[in-house]
Amino acid sequence: MTTLYSQVAGKNVKLHDMSLRDGMHSMRHQIPVDKMVAIAKGLDAAGVPLIQVTHGDGLGGSSLNYGRGLHTDEEYLRAVVPEMKNAVISVLHVPGIGTLDELRMAADCGAGCVHVATHCTEADVSEQHIGLGRELGLDTVGFLMMAHMTPPEALVEQALLMESYGAETIYCVDSAGYMLPDEVTNRITLLRDALKDETGIGFHGHHNLGMGVANSLAAIAAGATRIDGSAAGFGAGAGNTPLEVFAAVLERMDVKTGVDTFALMDVAEDLVLPMMPKPPRADRDSLTLGYAGVYSTFLYNAKQFAEKYGVPARDILVELGRKRMIGGQEDMIEDTALTMARERGLIGHNSTSKVDA
Amino acid sequence: MTKVKCAIIGPGNIGTDLLYKLLRSDVLEPVWMVGVDPTSEGLARAKELGLKTTDQGVDGLVPHVLEDGVQIAFDATSAYVHADNSRKLNALGVLMIDLTPAAIGPLCVPPVNLARLAGEKVMNVNMVTCAGQATIPMVNAVSRVQPVDYAEIIATVASLSIGPGTRKNIDEFTRTTSNAVAKVGGAGRGKAIVVVNPAEPPLMMRDTVYCETADEPDREAITDSVHAMIKEVQKYVPGYRLKNGPTFDGRKVAIFLEVEGLGDFLPKYAGNLDIMTAAGARTAEMFAREILDGTITLTPIPAEEAA
Repeated sequence: MTTLYSQVAGKNVKLHDMSLRDGMHSMRHQIPVDKMVAIAKGLDAAGVPLIQVTHGDGLGGSSLNYGRGLHTDEEYLRAVVPEMKNAVISVLHVPGIGTLDELRMAADCGAGCVHVATHCTEADVSEQHIGLGRELGLDTVGFLMMAHMTPPEALVEQALLMESYGAETIYCVDSAGYMLPDEVTNRITLLRDALKDETGIGFHGHHNLGMGVANSLAAIAAGATRIDGSAAGFGAGAGNTPLEVFAAVLERMDVKTGVDTFALMDVAEDLVLPMMPKPPRADRDSLTLGYAGVYSTFLYNAKQFAEKYGVPARDILVELGRKRMIGGQEDMIEDTALTMARERGLIGHNSTSKVDA
Repeated sequence: MTKVKCAIIGPGNIGTDLLYKLLRSDVLEPVWMVGVDPTSEGLARAKELGLKTTDQGVDGLVPHVLEDGVQIAFDATSAYVHADNSRKLNALGVLMIDLTPAAIGPLCVPPVNLARLAGEKVMNVNMVTCAGQATIPMVNAVSRVQPVDYAEIIATVASLSIGPGTRKNIDEFTRTTSNAVAKVGGAGRGKAIVVVNPAEPPLMMRDTVYCETADEPDREAITDSVHAMIKEVQKYVPGYRLKNGPTFDGRKVAIFLEVEGLGDFLPKYAGNLDIMTAAGARTAEMFAREILDGTITLTPIPAEEAA
C-alpha cells in the first residue's frame, strides 16, 4: 500500500505565508503598519521563505468595492521589505484590478515575487502582467483562482497559457475552500504531467471545510513544491491552511521546509492571534462558502448586507454561488441582497429603486 | 434622402454588429468594409450586404475615399493600428470614430458630451471602452447634481463577449476607463475594475457605479437624475437598465446596472459590445446630421500635421 508518508517524505517544500495579505480580508484591510512589520519579522525569523504583503485583493485593491486599506500598498511594502533578513516579500496582483504601474511600484519597493491571479478560465488576461513580472526580475507565479469551477483538463490548458507567458510557478487555488483531497490530487497530478519540469506547482487552500492541511498534503504528494498558508490561519472565510499546524505536520512527515515550527507557533499565538477580531472558524457562513463553492472573501460583505437588508448571509452566499459569481464581484453582494430583500417583501419596491425594467 | 457615407475598418464582431446598426440609420450609409484577411467571414458578410470590401487594410480604402464620398470611418481594429488609420483618413477629410482604446481624440460618451463635441471642430472622437460607455453616464448623473470626489466602477462581462485584443491589453482597457470615469464623468478621481466571468449560460453585462460625493448626498435629486439619465441611454441602448439603487451609505452612492444587447449580430448577453457599437453609431449620426444640414464642414488634416 502506498502511504501518504512515502509520497511526501524527503521532499523540499517552500511555505508561503498569507497572513498579511489574505489576513487583510479578516481585518477589512486595516492592519496597522507596525503590526505588519512585527509579524513579518517574526515570520522571517522563523524561517518562512516567502511572505505576502498586499491589500487583500492585491495591488490596487484599495477601493469602495473591496474596502479601503488603512495604508497604501506602497506604505506597507516600504515599511516591511527593509526589515527582512532572509524572507522574500511577495505581492498579489489581479489583472483588471491592479495596473502595470502598481506592479512596477511593488518591484521598486523591493518585492521579489508576484502572484498574478486570474479566474481559473481566464488566464489570457495575465499575459501583460506575467510578462512584466519577468521583465522586472520577479519570481513570477500564475495563480489560477476558484480552480474547482473548471474541469481539471481545462485548468491544465490555462496553466499552459500562463507558462507560455513566462510564469515560473503555477498555482491551483482553492479560493472557495471547496476542494476535497482527491480533487486536489487529480489537478496537481495533471498539472505536473503537462507543465515543463522546471515549472513549479503550488497550492493555495482555504479551510472552509477544514481540509486545508489535508489538501495541502495531497498537493505535495502529487508534485506541488509551494504551499500557501497563514499563521494562525489568518485569511478569508474560515481562513487559510494554518501554517504552523501544517509545518508541524510536515515535520512529522519528514518534509523539509526550513521553518522552525515552534518559532512559527509563537508568531501565530503571540502576534497574529491577538490582532484578530475573532479567530477564523468554519461558522455557518464560512462553512457555506466551502459547501457551496463561493469565493471566500464574499463572507464579509455578505454579513454586512445581511444586517442592512435583513436577508441571512447564508442565503445571500448560496444565491451568489448559484449565479456563478467569481472573485472580484463583491459589488454583486449588495445587488443580490437588495433583489432578495425585495422578493421577500423586506423592502418596498419603491424604497430603493423606482424603476425596474 | 441623402445620407453620409461611411466605412468600417475591422470586420470582426464589433465591426459587423455596427454594420447592422448603420444599415438601419436614416442618416448614415455604410459603403465600405475594410479588413486584412481575405478569408474573413466578416468581409464576406459585408459583401453580401452590398458593401465594397478590401482585404488590404486602410490602404485598400484610401484610393476610393474621394470617389465614393466616404466622410465618416469607424475604426474597430486595435489601439496599435488606429493612429495610422486615423492619420491616413483624416488627411482625406474623413472623420474618425475610434472604437479602440487608442484615445487619440477627445473621449465621447453620447449623453454626457456628444452635443458639445459635435459643436467643436474635431476629426477624431474616441468611444472610450464598453465599461466606460456603460458607467460614465451614471457618474455624470451624480456629478451634475453635486461634486463627486471619487468615482469607481466595476464592469463584469461574459467571458465569451471579450475578445483576444482586449484580453491582451487589459491594462490599457482598465487605465483608459479609469481616466474617462474621472474626466468625462466629472469626478475628482476615477477607478475602474474589470471582471471577466465565464458562467454558462453567459451572464449579461453588469456594471456597478460607486460615487463618493464631496458633501452629504442629496438623495432625491440624485435618484431623479439617475432615472433621467437611464432614459437618455435607453434611447440608443434599449436594454440599459437600473437593477438596484441608487443606495446611499454616508457619502457613498451605489448604482447597479445591467446592459442587455439588442442582439443585432452579437448575442444579447454581450451588452458590453452593443453599447459600444450603439454609442459609436449614435455619435456618427449626430455628426452626420450636422454635415447634412451644413452646420459643420469636415476639413482634411494634412498628414504631416496629424498626430
